[in-house]
Amino acid sequence: MCLSFFIDMERGSIVTLILSVFEQGMVYAIMALGIYITYKILDFPDLTVDGSFPMGAAITAVLISRDINPLLTILISCLAGALAGALTGLIHVKLKVRDLLSGIIMMTALYTVNLRVAGKANLPIYNKETIFDNGLVAALVPEQWYPYRTAVLILLFTLAAKYLLDWYLGTKSGYLLRAAGDNDTIVTSMGVDQGLVKIAGLSIANALVALSGSMFAQQQRFFDVSMGTGTMVIGLASVIIGTSLFQKATFLRVTSGVVLGSVLYKACVAIAIRYMKSVDLKLVTALLFLIILVLGRERKRRNKNA
Amino acid sequence: MLELKGIQKAYNPGTVNEMRLFQDFSLTIGKGGFVSVIGSNGSGKTSLLNMICGSIDVDQGQILVNGVDITKKRDYIRHRNVGRVFQDPSRGTCPSMTILENMSIADNKGKGYGLGRGTDKKKLTKYRELLRGLNLGLEDQIHTRVGALSGGQRQTLALLMAAMSPIEFLILDEHTAALDPQTADLVMELTGRIVKEKNLTAIMVTHNLRYALEYGDRLLMMHRGRVVLDESGAGKAALKLEDVLARFNEIRQDY
Repeated sequence: MCLSFFIDMERGSIVTLILSVFEQGMVYAIMALGIYITYKILDFPDLTVDGSFPMGAAITAVLISRDINPLLTILISCLAGALAGALTGLIHVKLKVRDLLSGIIMMTALYTVNLRVAGKANLPIYNKETIFDNGLVAALVPEQWYPYRTAVLILLFTLAAKYLLDWYLGTKSGYLLRAAGDNDTIVTSMGVDQGLVKIAGLSIANALVALSGSMFAQQQRFFDVSMGTGTMVIGLASVIIGTSLFQKATFLRVTSGVVLGSVLYKACVAIAIRYMKSVDLKLVTALLFLIILVLGRERKRRNKNA
Repeated sequence: MLELKGIQKAYNPGTVNEMRLFQDFSLTIGKGGFVSVIGSNGSGKTSLLNMICGSIDVDQGQILVNGVDITKKRDYIRHRNVGRVFQDPSRGTCPSMTILENMSIADNKGKGYGLGRGTDKKKLTKYRELLRGLNLGLEDQIHTRVGALSGGQRQTLALLMAAMSPIEFLILDEHTAALDPQTADLVMELTGRIVKEKNLTAIMVTHNLRYALEYGDRLLMMHRGRVVLDESGAGKAALKLEDVLARFNEIRQDY
């Protein structure tokens, strides 16, 4: 099926398609890294992401439409994401609300926050300076490379996020974060408030998710209030592909696997979409997610027997 | 020194299932003491440890460490001075992290968990040396995930980790109960050695009467939230297994 799909297409459109899959996969990879922290490391199913992803986009769209520096915009989006994550953590830790519900409460609240921030449900940002379209990029990038600037810049941001996360997970503080998800008793035994570690983890995760949302808005040049729906599913699918498919590749770090998983997932969706109507997108997404979950589990079972 | 003064603790208060476990319970443990605590199920042994560590709150009374009231202190703050080993070997280690990473976490206790490197490569030799002392061959598996170790290996590592940083108290909650007899003996031996070497104040809850008699300088038998037998020094040394068993049976009839 894949082969005929590629033969069907002309060369130019294949490049365009691959480029678009790569760009989107890489943008979502940053979000998937955030979900990797909450879901895999902290063992916290954090639905805040469905709100913090569009929040990053909303803040970015508003600031960019007011001609704020795109880099500053990204920074502000990250801080807002961190704040949202911290609030989910506080609801869970201090008010003792269950993890899933804490995320749902935050996600619901953020829907209104995003509408308030953007001022309306849809905010386009055409003809504005973004990290991909500004004087500096135009001056530095040669003309024949110009169509690839977005992909390259996104790659740089994603790799920066990945290596920063790798570095953090290797610090003393990062060790404690991993310990918190593994066995929270040990965090208490080490004389550290495990609630605080969880809040910190959720902050970092949602900062990454908002960063991803900010990049997405700049690449797609709009904010839409419903763009966050299903963020969790995309992120989880990427994480599961990344951790189960690439677990044999021991030379790859798990974070690299997650980034690759995100691109692979986008490719699967792109191929599936080609043969479907766009109204079927969410159904396809759900089925694909189910397949990934089952295959991931299958893999685990086989490993246990081995 | 650890003092418990006038402790009251009830479970399910205000319901038909209310169970007043501790009523005006007091206990003093001197510095450097090694206390073995025995007693039947529900006698309050584990509750006692949980109250000391702050895992459960007391309803009334005071807990003092070296004269300082810690009754209102949160559990993680109390643990800064306490090493704790649980019955379940998986509670004292992180399964998805390597032996080296686990030991690094334990080694950093009390020094703050900032943005420095999690593992200090210079300490590798020191960690290997500590593991060699266990005689389990773990020194050659330092990069192995702890989840891949056996229960006995994990518990031994947990004990080592609990006592790696400078602490004053070692709290042992039936820490040999889940192990096979040989491994239990080994862990117990290591426990005795660590308590002596580091001059710790230790409280050990156990169902193994032999360990309770053999180790430690004081033996407490608890029943329904009260201490029914408290022997130390020469009195404890003179205690025989039969005496303790007889006392146990006496208590049983009390039900």
